[in-house]
Amino acid sequence: MLDMVLATGFIHLTLGNLVMWLIAFFFIYLAIRKSYEPLLLVPIGFGILIVNLPLTFLMEEGEGLLWRFYHYGLEWEVIPPLIFLGLGAMTDFGPMIANPKTLLLGAGAQFGVYVAFFGALFLGFSVPEACSIGIIGGADGPTTIYTTVHLAPHLLGATAIAAYSYMSLVPIIQPPIMRLLTTEKERKIVMKQLRPVSKREKILFPLVTVVVICLIVPASAPLMGMFMLGNLFKECGVVKRLSDAAANELMNIVTIVLGVSVGATMSAAHFLKLQVISVFIMGIVAFAFSTTAGILLAKFMNFFTKEKINPLIGSAGVSAVPMAARVSQLMGSKADPKNFLLMHAMGPNVAGVIGTVVAAGVFIALAG
Amino acid sequence: MSEVTAPMAGKIIDVKVEVGDTVNEDDELLILEAMKMEMPLVASTSGRVKEIRCKKGDSVGADDILVVIE
Repeated sequence: MLDMVLATGFIHLTLGNLVMWLIAFFFIYLAIRKSYEPLLLVPIGFGILIVNLPLTFLMEEGEGLLWRFYHYGLEWEVIPPLIFLGLGAMTDFGPMIANPKTLLLGAGAQFGVYVAFFGALFLGFSVPEACSIGIIGGADGPTTIYTTVHLAPHLLGATAIAAYSYMSLVPIIQPPIMRLLTTEKERKIVMKQLRPVSKREKILFPLVTVVVICLIVPASAPLMGMFMLGNLFKECGVVKRLSDAAANELMNIVTIVLGVSVGATMSAAHFLKLQVISVFIMGIVAFAFSTTAGILLAKFMNFFTKEKINPLIGSAGVSAVPMAARVSQLMGSKADPKNFLLMHAMGPNVAGVIGTVVAAGVFIALAG
Repeated sequence: MSEVTAPMAGKIIDVKVEVGDTVNEDDELLILEAMKMEMPLVASTSGRVKEIRCKKGDSVGADDILVVIE
């Protein structure tokens, strides 16, 4: 009888497990009731729950099911590049090609990455850990995961959750900063309709970009290569099946494995540490500085350009696509209901994805 | 005469006025959906709706003329 009781999980439950259950239920609640990133928070929340059930050994090295997902999917660096393949097949670079100046805004909005990097160093994190924390400021989930697995895998749960949490909180975090840094007059700046972009330009873009960026930052090749391949699938028009598969079925499958694997890294022993709180704090610092830098850079560019840029699109340089662009649109239409910034904001928004991948490549090359 | 055009490609998900309606500047005429975001298209001027060149469910391109106000 005693052996039977000992073989159950009940008496092996720890207080830490129960705290992690609460976190798991909270994420699942946020996903279902509040629609915060449900595609990720449901599998992540479930992953947290089951990895905190004693004696299941789901993350047991070499044996556990979730360990296999994590090992072959994330440690082997297969999943984040596959997510980028799907993202490429869903991304329209047209607004950026039509207005290449927005590339600068996407690069400028990576400023928070470096602020958080130095902030994390100051708080006593090692260089590889600081790189993984800094990259949260890019507001790009797969890139954060890719960088962390490379440099500081023990922080994976915290950085991934921070990145995805802040991405879903874009509509709450960004507007006060945008209001603070812009005048009513600036928010009303109407931008000229973007020129149409030819099919040839859209096909050449991924080919040229992958060559240029991977020559400059070779370590960004896995993410950038897959990103641009997905985009080439979409734009070339002759492999619709591959483009659809990358953007839908494949994306959905890898999202499931990614979500459960990230959740599975969050066992009580690994997650309930003071360090994790620092990661969350530095993450939001990074995010706020990225938003600020994007807006200020747009204002700065207005000193030199004839056609004025509405600084509200600067904040879209963080790569949360398309949430950040939607926030620019909302704030712009509040100032003037006839002002449509959505497509203008998509330029810095997709440029921000490229910027974050480049920043990650630099970090991995330097600290890896 | 004033024309309300589509600011970007998208889908018309609601038409809030009818031909002959009197509208004021900034009144909502249509709701355009693009990138899973609903955006109201407002009257550029006060006047009477002379023509509506789209209907609910239509896909429209950037710069398409959607409503004519006189």
